[in-house]
Amino acid sequence: MSKKVLIADDEQNIVISVEFLMRREGFEVSVAHDGEAALERIRADKPDLVLLDVMMPKKNGFDVCQEVRADPAYAGTRILMLTARGRDTEVAKGLALGADGYMTKPFSTKDLVDKVRELLG
Amino acid sequence: MKLTPERRLYIATAAVGAFAAGLLWVAVKLTQSAAAGQEDATAALFVVGLFAVAAAYAVLKPLVDLFVRAPAALAEETRIVIRDSARRVKPVGGVEIQALAEAINELAGRRQSLEEDVAAEIARAQASLEADRNRLAVLMAELRQSVVVCNLDGRILLYNQRAREILSAGVGSELIGLGRSLYAVFERSLIAHALDQVGRRLQAGETSPATEFVTTTPAGRLLRVHLAPVTGHREGDGGDGDVSMTGYVLLLDDITLTFEKENKRDALIQSLTEGGRGPLGNIRAAAEMLNNYPDMEAEQRARFLSVIRNEVEGLSGRVEQASKAYARELSARWKLEEMRGADLVAFAVARVSARCGLPVKEEDIDDGVWMKVESFSFLQVLCYLTARLRDEYEVSEVRLSLSSDGEHACLDLGWLGTAINSETVMNWEIEPMRSAGEDSPLSVRDVLDRGNGEMWFQRKRASHRAAFRFLLPLAQPPEQKVAAAEVARGSRPEYYDFDLFSWSEKSHTLDDRLLSELDYTVFDTETTGLEPSNGDEIIQIGATRIVNRRLLTHEVFDQLIDPCRHLPEASVKIHGITPEMLVDQPPIGKVLPQFRAFCADTVLVAHNAAFDMRFLQLKEQATGIRFDLPVLDTLLLSAVLHPNQESHRLEAIAERLGVIIVGRHTALGDAFVTGEVFLKMVPLLAEMGIHTLGQAREAAEKTYYARVQY
Repeated sequence: MSKKVLIADDEQNIVISVEFLMRREGFEVSVAHDGEAALERIRADKPDLVLLDVMMPKKNGFDVCQEVRADPAYAGTRILMLTARGRDTEVAKGLALGADGYMTKPFSTKDLVDKVRELLG
Repeated sequence: MKLTPERRLYIATAAVGAFAAGLLWVAVKLTQSAAAGQEDATAALFVVGLFAVAAAYAVLKPLVDLFVRAPAALAEETRIVIRDSARRVKPVGGVEIQALAEAINELAGRRQSLEEDVAAEIARAQASLEADRNRLAVLMAELRQSVVVCNLDGRILLYNQRAREILSAGVGSELIGLGRSLYAVFERSLIAHALDQVGRRLQAGETSPATEFVTTTPAGRLLRVHLAPVTGHREGDGGDGDVSMTGYVLLLDDITLTFEKENKRDALIQSLTEGGRGPLGNIRAAAEMLNNYPDMEAEQRARFLSVIRNEVEGLSGRVEQASKAYARELSARWKLEEMRGADLVAFAVARVSARCGLPVKEEDIDDGVWMKVESFSFLQVLCYLTARLRDEYEVSEVRLSLSSDGEHACLDLGWLGTAINSETVMNWEIEPMRSAGEDSPLSVRDVLDRGNGEMWFQRKRASHRAAFRFLLPLAQPPEQKVAAAEVARGSRPEYYDFDLFSWSEKSHTLDDRLLSELDYTVFDTETTGLEPSNGDEIIQIGATRIVNRRLLTHEVFDQLIDPCRHLPEASVKIHGITPEMLVDQPPIGKVLPQFRAFCADTVLVAHNAAFDMRFLQLKEQATGIRFDLPVLDTLLLSAVLHPNQESHRLEAIAERLGVIIVGRHTALGDAFVTGEVFLKMVPLLAEMGIHTLGQAREAAEKTYYARVQY
């Protein structure tokens, strides 16, 4: 059975590419455009991996990550943060809050696929 | 030959002895004859007696003149000489007394010349001190930085105009002044913390024990404060022992603008770096999809292309915006001078003709044009272009003209004849300026960009005239600025008083402090009438301050007030303030907080203070501003000093004490007179044994006038 990936990002222009890429890579893909929608989808779909943007309306990626990690039911859900904010303190913060990986835009799609496969190993 | 005193004594003794013996002998002989019954002898004896008395008088008179009167007169004259060393004593009396007089005169002469030397020395020292003071005043006035010097109690000993502007800006009243507390502006704990740091550094023997902090002013300006200690021997230490901090210097930088600018620049950089990540990420991902999956459907392909197009457009707009903002920022940073265009042209004529060896003429110069320009680089531009015209187009004369198009200054560098093609103009613009002795890494374009200027080549075919036209930003003619600066410079304000260094307010409670060492706010009010409890209101407050026994005529509070009621005609005649003058003035509720701040840490002085204080007290409840400062009343003090005088009106007191009255019946004018009067009263009170604030208040309360109620 194919693994489930949730793309949580409010920017349609990146969602188009990542969604296309993930489907082509054989994943089952769902999309959320804000933080709250992302939490709903995580609860409903129990994705194996969340590609989580930091700057989102309603609830930012850090908060979503923190809430997911607070619930042991989702301990197996991998979280890869994708963000346009590249300060190393923010990377450290994401990892400290329980993210499994952190990629800064602009990233290479090949690196993204490699990272996703590694996390879902 | 001079006789010694001993020999004179022997001779005088021998003479007086021989004379007395002669007389005695005659007297004895006559007495014997009288006893023998000769009547003539009795008469002769009487004559001899008379002769003896006359002879004694004749001998003693000159002796008394010479040796009693003369020394007494000499003593009196010497006393006069003691007071006035230009006088001399008259050499009278005996030779010895005359010698003494000469010696006294010599002594007086020496003292006089010594006194003259001392006076000259003092005059020299004073002149030098005055020169130093003037230099310091000019230096302080011209410093771009704001400077405040305080003693350890936070009293201000020195400040410059810039500090006054920064710290009092937007507050409506003067917050800083000589002898005032710095804590009206900065939090006490902030300064205490900084002093603590500096103290530790001093103890640790650091070479530069200063500290820095950032804080805000009451008006919300952001300041960077550099605090450096002033060290010295404390008064009373006897000059030896450890050197300790006696005060501190604050250098203030208003970084509000810098901070805003830095914020803007940060935002600019961020918009390009962090802000570029998202769009670039989107473009990269879409491009990689297109590249990696060539088999995708046409519709999908169109979507990716559309993403790329959108993002590239957005990114282009962002870069465009950022570069414009950067150009603005750059031109703001480049030091542009404001100068008269005609002056720039005059400089240019001299420089270009000297450097290029060509005649340069002025024509049509608009004298009213002021411009913002970095003159050094711009003159390089003119020299460089003229040199290339001369070398490459054989131009033999150039002309400069200056006009304005309303928004820019237009400066033309013109010549007769030859036109230049646009490609050449462009090359000249972008190549580094290296000709005519100019050797600059900058190009004409660089200079124009940084100076927010433009240039182009233009040609009038009919007249065969060609020119480079330069557009430069216009500046305001600085008439107002100059006028303001002149006022500030014309009369040197009392901006510093280093005698305050040794003052300490902790040493006494207020009542125990000497009148001569307190700070005072002398004030007066003008009102709508005489009955505060019947609705009369204050319409003007004028105040000045006395610090260290000086009336500070530059530190004043002078404010008209809208009484929010009718202004009776009768009162207008007294104070000359008309209802029109009060339109748009602040109400009392706005003015009292400012006035209270002006009075902080001082003793209030007013003439008939009870009247003014009553007005202020009636406002306490409405405004919440309490004037709970000690008050001295010159009317009551006058009654203490001269209880038998009929009038204690301000004019009468001023006349008695020799104070010249100018500008009475404005609140500020009366405050000045009251202040002068008060300063004259302080030493007179001291003669009566009234030295402290407590003693003065007590004496005033006992006078009849203290019982008048308002």
